[in-house]
Amino acid sequence: MKKLLSLLLALTMLLGVVPALAEEQEPVSLTLWTFQEPHTQFFEKMLDLYNEQTEGPKIVLDMQVYPYEEMHNKLTIALQSGEGAPDITDIEINMFANYLKGDIQLEPLNDIVEPIADHLVMSRFENYAKDGNYYGIDHHIGATVAFYNTEILEQAGVDYKDIKTWDDFREAGKKVLEATGKPITTWESNDCWSIYPLVNQHGGDWLTEDNEVRMDEQVVIDTLQFMHDMQFVDGTVQPAPGGWHHTEEYYGWMNGGGAAAVVMPFWYAARFLNYMPDLAGVMKVAPMPLWSDGGHKTAQMGGTGTAVVKTSEHLELAKDFLSYAKLSFEGNIQSWRILGNDPILLDVYGTDELNAPNQFFDFFGDDMFEVVESLLDDVPNTCLTDAYPSAADVVKSQMAYELVIAGTDPAEIAKNCAQELRDMIE
Amino acid sequence: MIHSSEVRGRNKRWNRAQRFLCAPKVVPYVFVAPFILVFLLIYLYPTISTILMSFQRIDGPNISEFIGLKNYRKLFSRNYFMALSTTANYTLWNVLILVPVPLLFALMIHSKLLKWPNFFKSILFIPSLTSIIVAGIVFRLAFGSLDTSLANKVLGMLGLPARSWLMNSGTGNFVLIALTLWRWLGVNIVYFYSGLQSVPQELYEAAEIDGATAMQRFFSVTLPSIRPVLIYVITLCILGGFSMFTESVALWQQNNPGGVGRTIVGYMYMMGFYKNDMGMASAIGLTLLVLVLAANVLQLTAMGFFRKED
Repeated sequence: MKKLLSLLLALTMLLGVVPALAEEQEPVSLTLWTFQEPHTQFFEKMLDLYNEQTEGPKIVLDMQVYPYEEMHNKLTIALQSGEGAPDITDIEINMFANYLKGDIQLEPLNDIVEPIADHLVMSRFENYAKDGNYYGIDHHIGATVAFYNTEILEQAGVDYKDIKTWDDFREAGKKVLEATGKPITTWESNDCWSIYPLVNQHGGDWLTEDNEVRMDEQVVIDTLQFMHDMQFVDGTVQPAPGGWHHTEEYYGWMNGGGAAAVVMPFWYAARFLNYMPDLAGVMKVAPMPLWSDGGHKTAQMGGTGTAVVKTSEHLELAKDFLSYAKLSFEGNIQSWRILGNDPILLDVYGTDELNAPNQFFDFFGDDMFEVVESLLDDVPNTCLTDAYPSAADVVKSQMAYELVIAGTDPAEIAKNCAQELRDMIE
Repeated sequence: MIHSSEVRGRNKRWNRAQRFLCAPKVVPYVFVAPFILVFLLIYLYPTISTILMSFQRIDGPNISEFIGLKNYRKLFSRNYFMALSTTANYTLWNVLILVPVPLLFALMIHSKLLKWPNFFKSILFIPSLTSIIVAGIVFRLAFGSLDTSLANKVLGMLGLPARSWLMNSGTGNFVLIALTLWRWLGVNIVYFYSGLQSVPQELYEAAEIDGATAMQRFFSVTLPSIRPVLIYVITLCILGGFSMFTESVALWQQNNPGGVGRTIVGYMYMMGFYKNDMGMASAIGLTLLVLVLAANVLQLTAMGFFRKED
């Protein structure tokens, strides 16, 4: 009996040791939330490469894709209650400031960003920063460019390469209208992707760092006036069908040759591939036209910051993976190949890896990155303070509507919107 | 081994507990306990915490600060009143259309003259089983701003100019009501139909013998007989009108051009989740509560709901 007991005891001890031994080998499970299904393909790829290349613990990534609203709601609730948050999460740029209020629940990423700051487009990191700490890493620069339908422009005898300034663009609009009866482009009436890039490129913004409202500055009025004149004086612009450039209506209409151009951030290229396939070989990418009275070459627009949540049990590992996925050379190449993004790591520009043939070059021609490269030395900052969600709402629901649908006088629009925003954030 | 004294003791304790729970003074409380518990946890606690939050600024997990009436002072802005007017407008049309139209359909289905009533009942009920998001996309495209959209094609056939349906408050509200009618018609028909079935046939026969016309029969027999159902449906329409949110989101997502179609609940949602200002959202929610209560009490009083039955 005693023998049997001691044998049993030894066995149990052994069984106790086995899991401990196995634990060292066991991969660490991390959760990641996103609202963009394509991002999971990117992270999947980077996970495989990470597990192949590192010697540390392997990672198993539990990726959850939620609809935009739902993911941010869940995240807000999880962070506020301190429970159920993921280790790594995507946060859309318009929502990011919400998570930088009060006691910030995101982990500062300075130790992975600062050492290579010279190699990065740092204005992309300021969007997700507070008090000198960087909390998010973007997927792309989002440099605004012009997409031209060369078929329509040719009918009007316009070469898109000759359009250097907004004045050229306006003149081209008149020619296009005369020759084809089509608008040269569309303005969004329900969203900010028409107004904000133009204002920001022109040197304007909605807020200062201290939340002073800049919406009624002269540069904003001038920009709105230009947009107003093209639409209501020349008649060369029409409101985007469906209200903005991400609707089924717009895709169908544009795919059928609705307008000669659209000015959108670089990441919009992927929308052409997915939703406007008939424009393959017809669309060309060119730099945004310039303002003759100053301003910048482009504007960085939109984005998604990937952040690490403070409550994660594997903070260092999560940061290490994020750093590999989004700051490494390989990660930035994959971000272009899989997601069609203009990478935030400057080292990749001009390399063979970036310029290797892929579906985007087939669609737009292989000079896409020459365009982006020519803009990189002049990417202005956008000022995304905690009042930015309010500013974005004013632009979307009031400014765009009054400009594009109601046709209100631009000076008045600027005044009203600035007042509205001041009331909101007082 | 269990000793018999132990068993007896246990039985005694059980009996005592049983006797206590079954005592006439206690038993009603036992029966209502589940409801009270649910009420306290799911209704009263959130209500009180909403009231508290409406006086706070909430910055993060367990970080909040009492700021007095500041939320309420900021509350009454242009956006708030626009959302309120959209909601009030919608509620009004909701009651004006979603009560008489289903009643008419219910009368037709109930009428002996209609063949295959069950077929029509099912057909009219199907939309309420459809996903609102899918329906919203279909309506959004049908009422699109292009000349080729369904609604604009119809206008074109009538020789009228195309419209941007969802960009103006008048036509936008029209589409909202159209979507609501399409979706809820069948449900309200079921309410009215079941009400109609409970009206005693003898009353109609008696009225007919007295020489009442069809109109007279409807106003003097049918309507009074289905008054409880009518009150119920109107109450639901008012509640549904004030709390409408999904239909608006299905048509516009969160981008309401110039505030068109943004309801008070949509505004609350935007403040709470989009701008992460839970204090402000709570304040909006409370004003909504007061408004809905006032509207319903008014309506119920006007319809004699609180009158004692003779």
